[in-house]
Amino acid sequence: MNTSFLRISIWVYLAIFFAYLLGPLVIMSVTAFNSSGFPRMSPWECLTFQWFGELFQDQRILNGIKNSLIIGAGTVALSVAMGLAGALMLTQIWPKLRATYYTIIIAPILIPGVVLGISTLVFWDRINRMLGLGADSFLSNGIFLTVIGQSTFIASYCMLVLVARLQRYDMALTEAALDLGATHAQAFRKIMLPFMRPAIASAAVLAFLASFENYNTTTFTFGEYPTLTIELAQKVRYGITPAISALAFIIVALTVFFALLNEAKLKRQELVAAARKEATVEELAGKIKLPSFFAGNMAAVLLVVFAVATITVVGTATAYNPAQCIADVREQKQLEAEQRIQELRKQREERRKQQEAQEAEQGEAQSAPKPSNNSGFGNVFAPNSLGGDGDDGASDTESEPSNNSGFGGVFDPNSLQSDQ
Amino acid sequence: MSAGVGVDLENLWIRFGDFVAVRDANVNINGGEFFSFLGPSGCGKTTILRAVSGFLDPSEGNVLIGGKNMKGIGPNKRPTALIFQNLALFPLMKIWENITFSMEIKGASAAQRRKRADELLDMIALPGQGDKLPSELSGGQRQRVAIARALCAEPDVLLLDEPLSALDLKLRQHMRTELREIQQRVGITFIYITHDQGEALTMSDSIAVMRAGVIDQIADGKTIYNDPNTAFAASFVGENNVFRGKVKKVMDNEVLISTNRSGDLVARVSTANQGKMSEGDAAMMFIRPEAFTIAPTGAAGDHFVTARVNHEEFEGNAFNIFTEGEGGKEIKVSIPNHGQSFEDHTGQNITLEYETRNAVAVPAGELAAE
Repeated sequence: MNTSFLRISIWVYLAIFFAYLLGPLVIMSVTAFNSSGFPRMSPWECLTFQWFGELFQDQRILNGIKNSLIIGAGTVALSVAMGLAGALMLTQIWPKLRATYYTIIIAPILIPGVVLGISTLVFWDRINRMLGLGADSFLSNGIFLTVIGQSTFIASYCMLVLVARLQRYDMALTEAALDLGATHAQAFRKIMLPFMRPAIASAAVLAFLASFENYNTTTFTFGEYPTLTIELAQKVRYGITPAISALAFIIVALTVFFALLNEAKLKRQELVAAARKEATVEELAGKIKLPSFFAGNMAAVLLVVFAVATITVVGTATAYNPAQCIADVREQKQLEAEQRIQELRKQREERRKQQEAQEAEQGEAQSAPKPSNNSGFGNVFAPNSLGGDGDDGASDTESEPSNNSGFGGVFDPNSLQSDQ
Repeated sequence: MSAGVGVDLENLWIRFGDFVAVRDANVNINGGEFFSFLGPSGCGKTTILRAVSGFLDPSEGNVLIGGKNMKGIGPNKRPTALIFQNLALFPLMKIWENITFSMEIKGASAAQRRKRADELLDMIALPGQGDKLPSELSGGQRQRVAIARALCAEPDVLLLDEPLSALDLKLRQHMRTELREIQQRVGITFIYITHDQGEALTMSDSIAVMRAGVIDQIADGKTIYNDPNTAFAASFVGENNVFRGKVKKVMDNEVLISTNRSGDLVARVSTANQGKMSEGDAAMMFIRPEAFTIAPTGAAGDHFVTARVNHEEFEGNAFNIFTEGEGGKEIKVSIPNHGQSFEDHTGQNITLEYETRNAVAVPAGELAAE
């Protein structure tokens, strides 16, 4: 009784936890496929892929992605190199200084990105002036500044990742290489670097992601090269469209894909290692007996499922034509709008009759309220103007989905109020 | 001895700050010799090895390899190869790549390396294992791979830093024989570091006994065992019963020592100390457990000790008798097992006899920690 209650609580907790974590992502992903002009999940209108098409026609977004990729690559190269140097230094430095050194090199993580952004801008601007270069010099280039600015703290992240691996490195291996005749450079390249490779890969991925998503440092340094996050932020300022949801969906899908791919690869290595351990010398000398790719590899199975789903979706996208559905929805909306207009007309008619009746009762002295009432609500209550708005909204749905007022006065709060 | 390359340490001092790790070491290692540094951990023997291999610069003095001063020559330029305590096999390389790493550095082709690796793998009795990773081998196999890797560099001097310490007893004993065989086959100089006197005694041509940075004695195993220079050497190498006292009388190469608790006993003065001990000096004498025999009760003299038996042990090849002499003096006696009937002496008083040549007197000094 007690235990079952506990178990149920745990499940409920887990459900809430994951809903909290993944809910927004799921909803955002779904909105990318809804034909509604504003990103929303309900009411569901039509399944559409038009937002993806729109996304890839948006030059600013594409340019932002390009800049983000360039800056990401630069940041990865710089941060990993600096992180590795920092990590090596940490293992070599005089033990008494180690704690101090560690604090100093970790500090950029704790400094707000905004401060780093401003300081990068100011510092390089000074250098630029000291060298007597103009505003268009390399040192004031947005890509250069952003890479430098982001690397100031991303290098610290990289160092943390690399130090963890480096602590497991046996310095005797370097000594052994030296002893066998290698130079320091050879020992580094042939022994330490291969050992560090997995950590370097992790650090590179981490650095790239950190660079890609960075906003607060980049916002000061991007100059003429806005990154994707900067572009998105600027776009959202002027209203959000499902095209951004489509972009988010692509990013989520890529993340899931690479996570699964990595997991499947790791699992496979594990299985191969286990097989090698059991294998005899003869088997090793000949062909290694590989386990089939899927045996005991859940991630690989999921990966294949994922790939099939992707192919299906893309296939559907090319074959599917939502035009009929969208037309239906438009028709329906038009009908709804007309119906509502009829209702409004009726209401207005009744009200006018009531007013006329009142006027008839109260005499001619109080005829003034009528025009003032009309002007107070503007043209909203004018039957003709409402009808016109409704028509415009229906025809605009296709050509200008980003237009919030596309549905005309029908969904306007003011017009709704008039219902009451 | 084949004509290998010798190693000389001249007035070698190594300091770390105020700490003196090696104090004025003078060692002359002949070419082709199997030379061991024997001492407890922290005595500076690994430091000497690192100075020879070039990872450490001496504070004073010189390291000469083949008569050539090694000052300023890095580890990668010295004709030495070091076998590390933890072996330091490259974990990500296959066995054959590990073995031929020194060739890869020199730019040898993969085919050449493969061929050489196969030869060496045959030599260390691991044929066909070249494609495995170090983690897939057992401890003893890894050990042999480390040796092959060092030999592949064709060093003039092979340095071994307690390479057997991580192995279990059986394997350790097996590897002793194997190391000795390999050394004799390749004929190069081996410098071996160990704290295990058994290893040092069984394998070495010469042994240097070290204590706290100082070399106490350099000699072959037999001499060190039978004729130690110092109290430390006597107590560190093999088991020994120590008797403390003062020199009562000097007679040629023998002394009569008035021991603190076991009366006056006679002993031979160790070779290095002959003529250096005089009456009244504090002295120590050492008698090995196996040097005692049980004498008829009541026998007395300057080579008899009486003691009460505390308990006895049967070790298979010998009977160990733990006795308590006068004044609580502990004496261990080991009687070889020839299949004779053996009487249980527990609780009895027995008289122990020894031959004078088996008792060694040295000036009083520091003993090895138990």
